[in-house]
Order: sequence, then structure tokens, then C-alpha cells
Amino acid sequence: MADAHAKNHDYHIVDPSPWPFIGSLSAFVMAVGAIMSMKALAIGGLKAGPVLLGLGLIGVLYTMLAWWTDVIKEAQEKGNHTRVVQMHHRYGMIMFIASEVMFFVAWFWAFFDSSIYAHEAQAFLRFEFTGGHWPPKGIEVFDPWHLPLINTLILLTSGTTVTWAHHALLHNDRQGLKQGLLLTVLLGALFTCVQGYEYAHASFSFGGNIYGATFFMATGFHGFHVLIGTIFLLVCLLRANRGDFTPQQHLGFEFAAWYWHFVDVVWLFLFVSIYLWGSHWGAAVGAH
Amino acid sequence: MYLIFAIFAGLLGGFLSIMMRLELQEPGLQYFTNPQTYNVFVTGHGLIMVFFVVMPAVIGGYGNWFVPLMIGAPDMAFPRMNNISFWLLPASLSLLLISLFVEGAPGSNGFGGGWTVYPPLSTMGHPGPALDFGILSLHLAGASSILGAINFITTILNMRAPGMTMHKMPLFAWALLVTAFLLLLSLPVLAGAITMLLTDRNFGTSFFDPTNGGDPILYQHLFWFFGHPEVYIMILPGFGIVSHIISTFSKKPIFGYLGMAYAMVAIGAVGFIVWAHHMYTAGLALNTQRYFVFATMVIAVPTGVKIFSWIATMWGGSIRFSAAMHWAVGFIFLFTVGGVTGVVLSNAGLDRNLHNTYYVVAHFHYVLSLGAVFSIFAAWYYWFPKMYGRIIPEWIGKLHFWVAFIGANVLFFPMHFTGLAGMPRHYVDYPEAFAGWNRISSYGSYLFAFGLLIFFYGIYKAFSSSVRAVDSPWGEGATTLEWSLSSPPPYHQFETLPRITGDAH
Repeated sequence: MADAHAKNHDYHIVDPSPWPFIGSLSAFVMAVGAIMSMKALAIGGLKAGPVLLGLGLIGVLYTMLAWWTDVIKEAQEKGNHTRVVQMHHRYGMIMFIASEVMFFVAWFWAFFDSSIYAHEAQAFLRFEFTGGHWPPKGIEVFDPWHLPLINTLILLTSGTTVTWAHHALLHNDRQGLKQGLLLTVLLGALFTCVQGYEYAHASFSFGGNIYGATFFMATGFHGFHVLIGTIFLLVCLLRANRGDFTPQQHLGFEFAAWYWHFVDVVWLFLFVSIYLWGSHWGAAVGAH
Repeated sequence: MYLIFAIFAGLLGGFLSIMMRLELQEPGLQYFTNPQTYNVFVTGHGLIMVFFVVMPAVIGGYGNWFVPLMIGAPDMAFPRMNNISFWLLPASLSLLLISLFVEGAPGSNGFGGGWTVYPPLSTMGHPGPALDFGILSLHLAGASSILGAINFITTILNMRAPGMTMHKMPLFAWALLVTAFLLLLSLPVLAGAITMLLTDRNFGTSFFDPTNGGDPILYQHLFWFFGHPEVYIMILPGFGIVSHIISTFSKKPIFGYLGMAYAMVAIGAVGFIVWAHHMYTAGLALNTQRYFVFATMVIAVPTGVKIFSWIATMWGGSIRFSAAMHWAVGFIFLFTVGGVTGVVLSNAGLDRNLHNTYYVVAHFHYVLSLGAVFSIFAAWYYWFPKMYGRIIPEWIGKLHFWVAFIGANVLFFPMHFTGLAGMPRHYVDYPEAFAGWNRISSYGSYLFAFGLLIFFYGIYKAFSSSVRAVDSPWGEGATTLEWSLSSPPPYHQFETLPRITGDAH
């Protein structure tokens, strides 16, 4: 190798970046702040928890913003994203979604462990609490054919609008892309509002009973992902307005769409298992 | 950087374990006037060794160094993400260290419920913030590992040099590929479990509290669904390392290459469906236990394939007993001992007796402390010239090996006896009857710790001498791509990608 620094391949050798270090530091500050808030701890008589939590959160969010801005610049202005680098990003995103799926496995596991085995007599303390059936005695659950069904329809519709936007983009129909994205973002926001309304009218709470714990943990984390997905799509809408994305190269948009479909599918599982099967309308588990 | 971090954390974790052995050398309380502190040391030792020594060393350290080299790539696919994987580790370790010094159980500092963090001890038993620090520490370490896993999978699938098909890829890269999938799919479940723990502790939920309809066994399922793959996460890279060392110093290609690669895939896959063999005493249905017994024993098959293939590689080879080869052969022997006691423990009936005794401690230290850690040292003596361009004198590596080998066996072998005799783990004190073997165990631990001094002396010798390593110090047996580069390799190797034509592994 005579010319040791000539680059003869299509990989992207990135420049050093401050964001990984700043992001980690912020995550640390955020963790300390979160614990100090939860436990109402004080350093030198000062209850700094919420402040630290906020600072850390701002740091983490700013890191994301700056990091991804750099990536977009590298893609669009410097042309670092060759075909193979784009392939890397696709693999990365698929893998990230796979790990997210496993994250939701934990919530579903908790739900099914609690609901299917609610009548097991040897877990006598639990039996006593649930009355041997699911939903546990004294829990007034939501009518699945009411708001949850509407939300299902909203999400499914948003899945089609994001696909519309994608097809418009592929055919270089900028107007269609923007309209499709705008509709998707609005539907996403509508879903979150409906979910918020539902939460506000829940007759059970997060603490104190297993139904509320599994319900809010699973649907809450899903709602959080809807929020992330909506923001992701919103960023795509802003970028589309700025003139980003070409029919050939639009990974940012594609990933937002993948993520949105993932959120959509998780909701279908939530709807079928927690809202439908886990309610009085489904095959609720009773004492044998 | 990962390696330096791992060495630092290793000293911390080692310090905790030496304190434990000092205490256990004689019956009665000597050093730990508050027995709870002993429990905290046990927990800290476990978490540090798993998350901050073995994983950063084999995956972060050797993996990031040698996977790109071996597959002929200039760097990892996502170098910046790799960077955050590293920086999250000090953040995470700091949280864990803070946890040692803040209140856990009422009136004492730190969390003392073991690395498995079972409720209710972890929900009601430790109301102080110590465990909250521990939980968020694991969250950060988990995020770091998931990002690392995504990076490895993408790199290995996409960045192999032209001509290097999957079936020509070095075994270490195969090992890291399987490891990365295990990480990717198991860690999020742990994250879920400890998040539920966090809300149970702080927001009044009742996932693990039966009085409000929850189930403590649920936590055990979730934890071990992560915890068992985690065991293979720690040992599979070691398998890869040992394969290369055995092949290099036998001057033979590895015996049964494809079998070796797919044995690792099989171990990884089956590793996901055996988790409840850690829970035989938790009251599972008998049929469930039967399934887990047999599923667990199935793992012995691919593991046997690996052990026998290593032996077959050496068989008839022109063996050179270098320092690295010492460690690799030591690894095979000790890992086999640990593997065999693992088959013993996989029987639910026997396990009911041996559960939570020192027999279990002996078993997992033979596979981890003597398996994974020996593979780390093997790789150290094998790749040191490549990484730093300097030479550790061979006699130092060999002396370190013999001291560590004897020390570790003196330390852990008697635990089989104390375990069979019924000595439970996690106790700060024990009856007179167990005194003899415990004293011997403690002596062994001092010997092993003394070996570390030799290890550091080796580093000192290497950097103080003017001798420089050649590109391929181990001769013609070393066929993987890293030996085709200078020692140490240039900042971004393979500016022109190598083309693989022949038999590359």
C-alpha cells in the first residue's frame, strides 16, 4: 500500500464527533436527576432532582438533534451515503425495530402471565386479589368497540396515508408527498388525543392493581412510541417542505414509515389481546 | 479504550471478590461487621464482572478491534455509534458505583440482593435509592450493548471483503455475529423487566406484588429470558478466540469449520429456550421442568462438537506451546469441567438439592471466570503484538498462566465439595464443618490475584523494551487477515479492500 491514505472503497469513514460523549454524559445526568426526583433526594440541602433531570433531558434531545443533523448533512451535501452505506442504515434500522419488538415482548409477557394464570389456585394471594378471573374483580374496563376501535381505525388509516405519501414520493409527486405526510401526522396526533381522553376517563389507575399496571405500561409505552413516530414523520414533513428526499434516496422518510408500521402492528396486538380478549367481551379467563 | 476500561473494572470486581474470600477464609465475622455489606459486595462483584469486565473486553475490546480486521473492512459500519457504546459504559459504571455508597436496605448502603435482583427483596427489601441507581446503570449498559450489537450485525453482514462469503468468514466473526443477535433480542426484555421493577418501586405498580394481583415469578422469567442468553453472550466470543489460537499454534486449519460455526448458531438459538432451568425451585409445573431439563441437555451437543473439534484440530498438528496456546488449552479443560457440572445441574431433581449451593458457584465460575476470563487472557497474549506492536516475553505469559491456572483451580474446585456438602451461597458466615475447604479456596484466590501482578509486569516489560513486533509473529499458522497488516495496524486499514479467493478461514 504505497498510497496509504487514498480511499478506494465506498464505505463512509466518519469524522470525529463530540455527540457520543455529550449524549452519554447527558444520559448520566438524566439518570441521576430521575432518581433524585423519584426519591426526593437532596445534595447539600438542595433538591436538585428535577433540575438535573431537565438538564439531562435537554442534553439528550439536543444530542439527537445535532447528531442527526450531521447525518443529514453528510447524506445531502457531502454525498457520503453511497449505496453500501445506505444498506448499512437499512440493516441498522431493521435491527433497531427488532430490539423494540423484544422490548414490547416484555409488556405482553407481563400481561399474559397475569391474565392467563389469574385462576391458578396455588398463587393464592393473586387469586384472592383477582377473584380467579380476568379482568380482576372490581375492574371496570373499556368497551373495546368504543374508543379503542376508533383508534384502531385511525391508526390503520394513517398506515395507508403514509403509504400514499411514499408512492407519491416515488413518482416525484411532491404535492402528494406533503399531503400524505400531513394527514399521517394529523391522524397520529388525533390518536394521541383520543388515547389521552381515554386515559383521563379510566376507572383504574397505574398503581395498586395489576390490571392498571399491565394496561398502562403496555399502552403507555405504545403511546410514547406513537409520539416518537409522529415527531419522526413531522420532521419528514418539514424536510419535504424544504425540498429534501428524492425518488432515489429518501432513507429518512423510509425509516419513519417503517417505524410507523411497527407502531401500527403493535397496536393491533394490543387491541386484540388487552382491549378485546382481556375484556368481558373476549374469552376472559374465569375460574374453572 | 474498551480494554483499559475492562482492566480497570476487573480490578474493582476482583477487589470485591478478594474481600469476600478474606471474610470466608475463617468461620465467623472478621471484616464485614455489617453482614449486609457482604451481600452488597457479592452483588457488585457479579454485576461488575458481567457487564463491565467480560462484555466490554470480549465484545467491545476484541470484537471492535478484530472483527473489521478479520473480515477485511476499514472500520465498523457505524463508528460514531460505536463511540457512544463506549461512552455509555463509564456513565453506567459510575451509576453502579454511586449505588454502592447510597442507602439500600434500611440502615445500610448498597444493594445486596444478588445480580439477579429478584423481587420482593428488590422491591420491598431495599427502599433506599441504591437499587434505583443500579437499575438505571443497567439501562445504560443495555443501551450501549444493543447499539453495539446492531453495529456488529451490520458490519459482519455488509462489510466483508469481496470474495469473503459467510462460509469463509473467520470463526471469531461468526462468534460475534451470534453474540450480537443474542444481545439484540435478549437485552430489551431485561430492560422491560427492570423498568417494571422501577415502577413497582417508585410508582406503586404491582407487576411483582401478589397482594395486588402481580407475580414475583414473572420477574424471574423475564430476567432469565435475558440472563441465559447472557451466559452465551459472554462465552461465545471466547469460543471464537480459542478456535483461532488453537488453529494458529497447531498449524492446521480448524477441524470441522462449518460444524464449528453452526454449533455456535445452535448454542445461540437453543440458548433462548432454556431459561427456566434457573428456576427449578421456584414452583414451576413438573411438565415445564421436564421440558427445560431436556432442552438444556440438548445444548451439550453443539458444545461437545466444539470441544471435540478443538481437540481434533490439535490432533496431528505441529503444536507450538506458546503463552496464548497455554491459555487456550487451559480454557478447553476448564470450560469442559464447567460444562459437565452444567449438565449435572440441568437435572431438575439434582438441582433441587444443589440450588443456591457452592456447587452452582463452582459451576458458573468454571465457565465464566475460568472460561470467559481465560479466553480474554488467551486473546491478550495472542493479539497483543498486533494491537500494540510490542512483545510480551513468552515466559511471562506462561508463568501467568500456571499461577492463574493453579490459583483458579485451588479457588474453585473445592467449592464443588462445599456445595455438595450443602453450603449455601450468599452467606457471610458458615459452620466450622466447612472451614477446611473454604480456607483452601481463599488461598487459591490470593494466588490468582498474584497472577495479575505478573500480568501487569508483562505489560510493563512490553512497553519498556525496544523490541517491536513483526507483522505476523506467530508464523505461517496464523492465516486470518489481521496478520497481513502491520503491527499495530494503520488507523484505517484496508484503504484498498483485500480480495479473498482461496480458503479464507
